[in-house]
Amino acid sequence: MSVPLKLSIDLNVNGVDYPVTIDSGRNLVSVIRTEIGLTGTKEGCDDCECGACMVLLDGQPVNSCSYLAVQAQGRAITTVEGVMNGAEMHPLQRNLLDAGGVQCGFCTPGMIMSATALLSRNPTPTDEEIRIGLSGNLCRCTGYVKIVEAVARTAAG
Amino acid sequence: MSFAIATTLDEALAALAAGARPIAGGSDLVVAARHGKSPLPESIVAIHALSELAEITSSADGLRIGALVTHATLMEHPLIASAYSGLADASALVGSPSTRNVGTLGGNVMNASPAMDTGAPLAVLGASAELRSSTGRRTVSLADLWVGPGRTSAAADELCVALLLPARPANSGSAYVRLEYRRAMEIAVVGAGASVVLDADGAIQSVAVALTAVAPTIMTVDGLDGLVGGRAIDDETLGAVAEAAAAQATPISDVRASDKYRRHCVGVMARRALEAAARRAAGETISIPVNRAYGIGAAR
Repeated sequence: MSVPLKLSIDLNVNGVDYPVTIDSGRNLVSVIRTEIGLTGTKEGCDDCECGACMVLLDGQPVNSCSYLAVQAQGRAITTVEGVMNGAEMHPLQRNLLDAGGVQCGFCTPGMIMSATALLSRNPTPTDEEIRIGLSGNLCRCTGYVKIVEAVARTAAG
Repeated sequence: MSFAIATTLDEALAALAAGARPIAGGSDLVVAARHGKSPLPESIVAIHALSELAEITSSADGLRIGALVTHATLMEHPLIASAYSGLADASALVGSPSTRNVGTLGGNVMNASPAMDTGAPLAVLGASAELRSSTGRRTVSLADLWVGPGRTSAAADELCVALLLPARPANSGSAYVRLEYRRAMEIAVVGAGASVVLDADGAIQSVAVALTAVAPTIMTVDGLDGLVGGRAIDDETLGAVAEAAAAQATPISDVRASDKYRRHCVGVMARRALEAAARRAAGETISIPVNRAYGIGAAR
C-alpha cells in the first residue's frame, strides 16, 4: 500500500479541483502558494504560532504551514480568495478596512479565515468569544481592538 | 520514503508493523519537522481518515475516547464537560482554535510531553491507553505508558486507538488549571489536575492530584488519601496538598521558569485545581476552562 515519494493528487481549493504532483512531506501552504498560485495565504512563522497561513479545512481553521498537503486530499480547502462573493468583498473584508483593522495586511488573510469560521459557528459572538476565535492569529500592527471591532460589526450585520 | 492514507485500522497497523510512523493532525510531527527538531519519518501512514477512532462511547464501565477525538470536540462534549470536567478544562487551553481542530487526544498522549495539558486530568481520572498492533491489543495505565520526556513504553508497531476513563462515582469532581504567560499558543509553565470524591458530609473520600511540567513525565502526587482523606476541604487541607505537591515535584529551570518558581507555583496550582474539583463535586457549575472562570493566568 506504500506509494512513491512524489504523489499526484487533486486538492480542492475554493471549490476548484487542482491536480498537483508533490513530495509527500510538503506543507499545505507551500503547495497552495507555489503549485496552485493562490498567494493570499501567507507564510509567517512556519511554526504553527502566528496564524498568517490559516486556511479552512472542511470549514475548520487549520495552520497550513504545519499540515501535510497530502492529508488535505478529498477535503474542502478554503483560502482568503474563496471568501469573496464574485467581485464583491466579504462584509468582513469591508468592515476590516472601514474599522482600520488592516495596517500592513500580512495577518489579514489569516484573521479573515479564523473569523469566518467563528461566525459560521457562532453568528453572534461576544467580544471575549471573538478574541478566543482569533487567539491563534498574531497581529503586530493594530493592537487587535479594531480587528475585534470589525468582526463584531460583521456579526451585527 | 513512503506515504499512505490508511482507510482501515488493519491497514494502518500493517503499515506500522512494516516500519511506518503514524500521523493524525500533525501538530507535533510536522511542527517538529518544520522547526528542524526532528525530520519527518521516512515512512508515514496517515490515520486521520479512520472515523472509528474518532468516536466517544459511554457505557456502565465509563468512557471510551477514540484516539482521533480532537481537543475541540473534548472541550465541548456535554458528557466530558460535566463528568470529566478536568479533561475539558485542559482541552480548552490547548493551543488555539486551529490547534484544537487538528490536535488529537491520542496524539497528545503518545507525544508524551511532560508539559501536555491533557495529561494531568487523564491521570487523576484514572485513564488508561488502549494500544493495538497487528498481533494484539493491550491496555496500559498512563503511569506505565509515560517513561520519559517524549518517550512511551509502547512498541513501534503499537497504535494508541483509545483512552479509557472509568465511570465517575457520585459526588465527584475534577479540574485542571495551569500557570500561563499568555492565553493562547502557550505551553504550561506548570499545571495541576485534581479529582476528588466527597462523602455525604462533604469530607474527602478519595483524592488524586497530578502535576504538569515539573518532572520528566506527568507525575501523580503520592500519599494524598492518607494525608487529607476524611478531612473537609478547607484552607488547612488545601495547604497540605499544595505543600505535598511542591515537595514531590522535581522541576527544572528553563526559558519559561526557574525550578524554584515552578516548585512554588505548582503547589498553588494544585491547591486551586483541588478547590475547583471539590466545588464541582459539591454540585457547583464552574465554566470551562477553570483558568478563565478563576482568572488564572494571563490577563487579556
